[in-house]
Amino acid sequence: MNGIAQYLVVVALLLVAASATAAALARDPVTQSTLLAMLGIALAVLFTVLQAPDVALSQLAVGTAVTPLLILLTVRKVRRGTGDGADGKRGESTDPDTPSRDARGRRR
Amino acid sequence: MSRRLRTCLFLAAAVVLAAFYAAACTGLPHFAGLVHPYGTRAVAAAFRQRTANVISSINFDQRAFDTLGEESILFAAVLGAIVLLRRARDEREAAPAPGRVMPSTRLFGTVMLPITLLTGFYIVAHGQLSPGGGFQGGVILATGLHLAYIAADYRALERIRPLASLDVADALAAGAFAALGFVGIAKGAAYLQNVLPLGTFGQLSSGGLVPVINAAVGVEVGSGIVVLIAHFIDQAVEIESPSTQDGQRPDDASGADGGNR
Repeated sequence: MNGIAQYLVVVALLLVAASATAAALARDPVTQSTLLAMLGIALAVLFTVLQAPDVALSQLAVGTAVTPLLILLTVRKVRRGTGDGADGKRGESTDPDTPSRDARGRRR
Repeated sequence: MSRRLRTCLFLAAAVVLAAFYAAACTGLPHFAGLVHPYGTRAVAAAFRQRTANVISSINFDQRAFDTLGEESILFAAVLGAIVLLRRARDEREAAPAPGRVMPSTRLFGTVMLPITLLTGFYIVAHGQLSPGGGFQGGVILATGLHLAYIAADYRALERIRPLASLDVADALAAGAFAALGFVGIAKGAAYLQNVLPLGTFGQLSSGGLVPVINAAVGVEVGSGIVVLIAHFIDQAVEIESPSTQDGQRPDDASGADGGNR
């Protein structure tokens, strides 16, 4: 590897380091998930310039789309106010009276 | 243990680890070199098995047993999330009111949804030939489907998302991977050994067992991720906990109640 590819690798590495540091320093989960998505893109670029397109595709799909989405949905659920009450009550519902199929059946 | 002692213990361990790690790194093949002991062997084996995408050959042929473990991890993770996120007895569902969608967002979603799904199918189908494969294509299919949620509302997503069938498809595809391994045993070879006809190098049907396992993984990952996200969205949008029923639900910054983001 020489010439311009070398500089691309350096730029991609710096991008990864910068976005990862920003994600680690952020305190708000919503900001964190956005920064995590940017870290995912930076890693995808790095994997691409290192000639690993398969890994880059996985990283792009999981690290940039799915993980931040799951974090955002979790944050939304928590902010709706489940916090204290639901956790304890969720524990009680492990008996077989409330199978998930029942809940799902009613949903349709 | 005091904080100071813990810090000292960590620093001592970190120094030892750093020293051994640095020493080990000097024995690695050079960065981005032309020759690599494993790379060379893997490429040769992939050519022998007439699989153009060496990574797929490693994942679904040379190291298929490892991949079986990874797929099982994903399956178990989705299953665990579903069990944890199921609706509890004292929770109730509220039909989310559809939110207003900007016309540009609606247009973007309408145009991109079929393109993204087509891209996902392409990447799954060409896993044995070009970069990508069942896992990558499956995730693209699963996330692409949710453009319907961004462009329209939750009900539109529920209409194009047959959750019950996807549940079954996830389990069947995960089982199919394990079952496909017995093809090798039936032909008198090892479990998961690539014994199917290898075909012509570079053709869609090449690689023997690779495209078959690849397709099973695509179905498993695609339906698994859709089911996973579905339960997360249900929790975030539809299911109400007893502590936050009616009236006292805080209107957070994202606006309308879940019809859209």
